[in-house]
Amino acid sequence: MQIDLRTVSINPLRQTFTHVEELIGPGKSASRYQEATLRVQADANFHYRPTWDPDHQIFDPTRTAIAMANWYAFKDPRQYYYGTYTIARARMQETAEADFEFVEQRGLAASFADDSKQLALDVLLPLRHVAWGANMNNSSICAYGYGTAITAPCIFQAMDQLGIAQYLTRVGLLLGSPESLDTAKDAWLDAPEWQELRRYVEDTFVVKDWFELYVAQNLVLDGLLFPLIYDKFDAALTLKAGPTVSMLVRFPTEWYAETSKWVDATVKTAAAESPENAAALSGWVTAWRDRAIAAVAPLATLALGDAGAGALADVTATFNARAAKAGLSV
Amino acid sequence: MSNVFIAFQTNEESRGIVEAILDDNSEATVNQQPAMVRVDSPGSLTINRTTVEEKLGRSFDLQELHVHLITLTGHIDETDEAFTLSWAN
Repeated sequence: MQIDLRTVSINPLRQTFTHVEELIGPGKSASRYQEATLRVQADANFHYRPTWDPDHQIFDPTRTAIAMANWYAFKDPRQYYYGTYTIARARMQETAEADFEFVEQRGLAASFADDSKQLALDVLLPLRHVAWGANMNNSSICAYGYGTAITAPCIFQAMDQLGIAQYLTRVGLLLGSPESLDTAKDAWLDAPEWQELRRYVEDTFVVKDWFELYVAQNLVLDGLLFPLIYDKFDAALTLKAGPTVSMLVRFPTEWYAETSKWVDATVKTAAAESPENAAALSGWVTAWRDRAIAAVAPLATLALGDAGAGALADVTATFNARAAKAGLSV
Repeated sequence: MSNVFIAFQTNEESRGIVEAILDDNSEATVNQQPAMVRVDSPGSLTINRTTVEEKLGRSFDLQELHVHLITLTGHIDETDEAFTLSWAN
């Protein structure tokens, strides 16, 4: 008996789900990110409007002044869905854990100069309350927002901010003691240099328009605070006392570089949709930016002394350039 | 002019690489085969790191493409930024 081997090419009848195909075009194969994101938003078969907001559906695109013909136009350049997100964060966490272990094993925290240690505690620890606020805000955007392409990355962002709050807590426990956390909370509640920032964070809790909240939190506040603290302050502290704290805040530093790409892409997409969108976004950015600058100015002075004002001006200039690049007039 | 070609295993990563090749090389054509995808291009074919990064949504080292590579033809010119096949030499 003779057996002939031959290659049979079997073409699949369909490349992906119909609802994905409708968005990416027929005959194209979809990436995992697309299949886990496109048209995942629930939008039908809700019998009743929510009693807490009878003017809207449960998931309603009109809860913001931003209007989009297609809410899946937002694309996450990092292509995060649950799988890729958890893998990326697990990697970052492994590195961060190794850094903490290194600092602990070598006793680097104990040998860190006392005045610099105190300064790091004074500046970094109250920021855990800011990070918690960012967690609340991003959860809120995810709850009231519309379209999985934008709401899913927001809940990732919320979890990341919670992680940042936890890392800052661990920095406090490593450099100080459990009492340092109480001192930092008292400073957050009562010290005059933190009150403007606290007012900013607490005011964002009650912003109803979720896209405005997105701008106020992810673009404006993070866009000014992270470069100021994890770039300017970190560099100054390293110059003065060595890179110990720099190692411990590696996660927020790398995280900011990564997530700002996504924030920029989102704002750019919304602004490019229509002049009305661009005008609304520009208005929000201008208003919240001026408040945020006033809020972090005392913090810049606390962290950097006389150089604080100059550093903040630098950070603001970079922020303005970034907003302009995203298509906003600020 | 002779063709150069490059063939990858079909998987999630090589999809991004192939999309990047098609974006950067207007004359390239794709040939889907069982578990393999082959890209032909007349004269030369370039894979740019930045385009692949855009498609994959993460940073990419061009050396990584060897993990998915099955075969290729042409003289190779490889830098950190681009991987080029051609019959130039």
